[in-house]
Amino acid sequence: MEKKIGEVLLSVDHISLAFGGVKALTDICFGIREKEVFAIIGPNGAGKTSMLNVINGFYHPQEGEITYKGIHRKQMKSHDAAVQGIARTFQNVALFKGMSTLDNIMTGRIIHMKRNLFWQSLYLGPARKEEMENREYVEDIIDFLEIQAIRRTPVGRLPYGLQKRVELGRALAMEPDLLLLDEPMAGMNIEEKQDMCRFILDVNDQYGTTIALIEHDMGVVMDISDRVVVLDYGKKLAEGSPDEIRANQDVIDAYLGVPH
Amino acid sequence: MFQAFFVDPFIMIYDTPLFFVEVLVSGLMAGVMYSLVALGFVIIFKASGVFNLAQGAMVLFAALTFVGLWEMGVNPWLSLILSALVMIGFAFSIERIVLRPLVNQDPIIFFMATLGITYFLDGFGQTIWGGEVRSLDIGIPNEPFMDLADMTGLYINKFDVFSAVVCSFLVVILAGFFTKTKIGRALRAVADDHQAALSVGIPLKTIWTIVWSVAGIVGLAAGILWGSKLGVQFALSLIAFKALPVLILGGFTSIPGAILGGLIIGSGEKIAEVYWGEAMGGAIEDWFAYVVALIFLLFRPQGLFGEKIIERV
Repeated sequence: MEKKIGEVLLSVDHISLAFGGVKALTDICFGIREKEVFAIIGPNGAGKTSMLNVINGFYHPQEGEITYKGIHRKQMKSHDAAVQGIARTFQNVALFKGMSTLDNIMTGRIIHMKRNLFWQSLYLGPARKEEMENREYVEDIIDFLEIQAIRRTPVGRLPYGLQKRVELGRALAMEPDLLLLDEPMAGMNIEEKQDMCRFILDVNDQYGTTIALIEHDMGVVMDISDRVVVLDYGKKLAEGSPDEIRANQDVIDAYLGVPH
Repeated sequence: MFQAFFVDPFIMIYDTPLFFVEVLVSGLMAGVMYSLVALGFVIIFKASGVFNLAQGAMVLFAALTFVGLWEMGVNPWLSLILSALVMIGFAFSIERIVLRPLVNQDPIIFFMATLGITYFLDGFGQTIWGGEVRSLDIGIPNEPFMDLADMTGLYINKFDVFSAVVCSFLVVILAGFFTKTKIGRALRAVADDHQAALSVGIPLKTIWTIVWSVAGIVGLAAGILWGSKLGVQFALSLIAFKALPVLILGGFTSIPGAILGGLIIGSGEKIAEVYWGEAMGGAIEDWFAYVVALIFLLFRPQGLFGEKIIERV
């Protein structure tokens, strides 16, 4: 299957991020192209999650530039990022625990609901229609992710694997152009991992969504990504196709350690 | 003993039903006043999961501002609007100075921050407007409807009815505001997880500014009503504690809960005092609400309308 990989959708140039004296990221550059599955890997503490946080505006880097959809900026703002089509999931599942699966995914539609407070508060007319339309969109996602049975369950009660799936659903509801997944398969068993892989590839394929993911399972990463960037101690170690990365001596050293 | 607790009160109710209605109504009206204070808490709790200790101080500050402006010779309606604006300005500064740096912190951190706001606001309000007790007369007489009393023998206080009307008005607006659609969902999302809320594009800052403004305006209403009952004084900030049992009963996140909780506490308190007070040595009104709340905590800790508490271990 040949995919159409397009222009660069998001690029980071010479990004450096420090917390006081601790340097989380140093001079990182890479570009994520439209419609590709882009993986960020690296040992623990390499700065992978920090990188995602920079991309969706949770962290503001001290140096560097982020170019998204052709617009250059020093830093993203998290609200702008969301509105302009960057969605994400979190390493430790950040769902709204008291709310049902359906309501959680519906929060992903908030940026698409434009009716003002007046109609909202009456809950009729245009606001009601809008609610229905968005509900339909969400139902499609629920079908797609095969979570119909837990539609009404408060997500706090769901097992971890399903929570991760709901979280993916919420991100998808935003109709993102760029989907950031922070360890989507952590803590899953083989079967759940396979399901998750399938969903990720289907999202990429059917919706044409660009995906940037962090994952520790090398088998998965090498299987589903088009390109991989490797971080270590906040620095970029390598970038390339899975095969190139597999053969890269620096990467092997970083993961297996070098004899001193 | 048995007689005094289980027989006499009911005989009394049966003998003078009209008096019972009167007690009940006055209790309900007092309950409305509790609800009004409780509402302020609910609004902020819904959008941040934090018990805003400063609500009482906000009530006092709002009332002080209103009275202060009025005493300076400002038209009362204009002072009302100006005080509301002050509370909105206050909400903006709270968001900017206190809440924004605390995004993604634990609720307990926010709770401590509201404690700080309480001390600041208590001091600040009294520094500007002075610490003496001021009387506040908003022109609603504290007397019963005489026509009604003549016709039916039922004494119902005009001021109580007025506050009930104000409260219902606020509730209708707020209930609309916190519907199950977009805004309601956004509020719950913000209360649940800041980072996740930001990631789906919910504007945290805007939401916080709005809820603190609304809580401030509700506080203003509560402050004016309670102030004209008790006088505007430092004790106003303590009525916050009367709202606690109301919240425990109704659930911290529910607007209907705050109303119903207030009504139950208000009427329960009055009825208990009138019919059982003597048997228990009097003045049970003061602690009755807290005992009810305690019992509630044992059996239904989330309150009547609160969200179910889920803990996955």
